[in-house]
Amino acid sequence: MSVLIFIDAAEGQVKKSSLEAMTYGAKIAEQLNVAAEGVVLGNVTEDLAALGKYGVKKIHQVSNDELKNLDAQVYANVIAQVAEASGATVIVFSNSMDGKAIAPRLSARMKAGLVAGAVALPDTSNGFTVKKSVFSGKAFANISVATPVKIISLSPNAYKTVAGEGTAEVVAFAATVDAPKVKVTSVNKASGEVPLTEAEIVVSAGRGLKGPENWGMVEELAKLLHAATACSRPVADADWRPHNEHVGQTGFAIAPNLYIAIGISGAIQDLAGVNRSKVIVVINKDPEAPFFKAADYGIVGDAFEVVPKLIESIKKLKGVA
Amino acid sequence: MKILVCISKTPDTTAKIAFTDNNTKFDESGVQWIINPYDEWYALVRAIELKEADASTVINLVTVAGADADPIIRKALALGGDEAIRVNANSHDSFYIASQIADVAKQGGYDLILTGKETIDYNGSSIGGMVAELLDQPFISLAAKLELAGTKATLTREIEGGEEVCEADLPLVVSAQKGMAEARIPNMRGIMAARTKPLKVVEPVAADSLTTVAGFDLPPAKAGVKLVDPENVDELVRLLHEEAKAI
Ligand SMILES: Cc1cc2nc3c(=O)[nH]c(=O)nc-3n(C[C@H](O)[C@H](O)[C@H](O)COP(=O)(O)OP(=O)(O)OC[C@H]3O[C@@H](n4cnc5c(N)ncnc54)[C@H](O)[C@@H]3O)c2cc1C
Repeated sequence: MSVLIFIDAAEGQVKKSSLEAMTYGAKIAEQLNVAAEGVVLGNVTEDLAALGKYGVKKIHQVSNDELKNLDAQVYANVIAQVAEASGATVIVFSNSMDGKAIAPRLSARMKAGLVAGAVALPDTSNGFTVKKSVFSGKAFANISVATPVKIISLSPNAYKTVAGEGTAEVVAFAATVDAPKVKVTSVNKASGEVPLTEAEIVVSAGRGLKGPENWGMVEELAKLLHAATACSRPVADADWRPHNEHVGQTGFAIAPNLYIAIGISGAIQDLAGVNRSKVIVVINKDPEAPFFKAADYGIVGDAFEVVPKLIESIKKLKGVA
Repeated sequence: MKILVCISKTPDTTAKIAFTDNNTKFDESGVQWIINPYDEWYALVRAIELKEADASTVINLVTVAGADADPIIRKALALGGDEAIRVNANSHDSFYIASQIADVAKQGGYDLILTGKETIDYNGSSIGGMVAELLDQPFISLAAKLELAGTKATLTREIEGGEEVCEADLPLVVSAQKGMAEARIPNMRGIMAARTKPLKVVEPVAADSLTTVAGFDLPPAKAGVKLVDPENVDELVRLLHEEAKAI
């Protein structure tokens, strides 16, 4: 028996969200007193054995050129084969974009109950119940799963990666791999930038910044903090910023360690995307802005004065000129 | 071309989230219901655009819900769509719901099935993938663009930190998100027409539920904001560094 963790290594590199999934899955394996194993699809350049430090004892690698790009149908089929062979009773994904494509298919294929967007370890004291975020971060639901195999996809940034000691045994797994029906023709990735959904720190700005020409200071602050940039919906709608920065009810839901909101009023639909952030800082000139109610730290002031000072102060802290 | 659009009823985005019956039931009192925004703004409107480009296109809507969802379906029909099917069942289990939709899909023989990327209440992002698996069709998740040329679809899909363009042949299941289309408001003619469009109610087929909701919790209240003087930004940085350990 095992807990099987899907290790997403698109483009040859293991994603940060998969490190979280491994740490989380290894902890469940400990709870259930079974082995933690991983599955990697595709030709990966990274040293897989070293992933043992996140608690996985064994990694099944399926190397096949057909797995170069994601076709959820092909991936789910292969993962099901590995799950069966390793006797998995729990399968863990990150609730990343790829996880959202694969986990539901696998759930239907294996008739394995799925908890999508888990935020905590399962409670195994009485059955198997997992807490997940619902109502766009405004509440949690405890979902009970009674099927023999259970699938959990873990919310990004919900479980802290812990690196310990150990190496994993890497074994080649011979799977039947179908030809993909989805053909990826191009991948467009902003290289060097921190992906928004994986970022530890996010600097976000709203209509209070008046226009796209004023985003220089937001980008500078983000760069200094190795943060991703985000924005409110009207900002994306007005094309001041790209759509993939839009957070909220109808954009991305994120849960970084630190979220800095500049010139954003904090409408309920906007908060829905960011309310699971651990620490929220709000900079707004209106002391009545609703965002202050959701904030941990705040400055009532003009962003055009406060943000440059904040940049200087962080430079001092980090010792950069 | 036959398109099936999955529609879900969700609480309005400003609804107060509270629970009753010892935190096991969502408190519906005073709640306004809307079409799940992803289903409406992106999946349904894109289907309508495809019909505008090719008048022979037929759009059916499907929902799995009780009769209390009928006003929501009528609203969706007012935007567009030829007829709606409501599978008369109440469930919170994605697999059960997907099984019902897959059954409707099998009977209708659709070229394209569109869902929203997730519902704003259960945030599962699961129905599309499950339906695709049950129908043995390809699934493109989180699509921000969809173009059709004959039986070939070209899609743009969101990936971490970017997007990818991919192609697949119909039939196909797609979950739609922002970028797919622009939100519309139903006009008077649409609202009038929706009254007479067929809304077929069918009974559910036998299907398993794989999960149950044991209960809900609300997040702990925030301790309250610590305000820092705008003339003393260094203090904010100190707090973030020393107290919150966030930078
Ligand atoms: C169904 C639905 C879904 C929605 N989904 C989303 C969503 O996903 N994401 C989202 O963001 N919104 C969403 N909205 C819109 C949301 O209701 C708000 O309209 C939006 O979030 C407001 O954006 P904002 O805070 O940038 O702008 P505003 O509300 O205009 O706020 C600007 C803020 O900047 C402050 N400000 C102005 N000048 C300065 C200055 N010099 N220095 C400091 N502060 C300044 C002002 O005090 C104000 O608080 C949705 C709405 C609906 C109805």
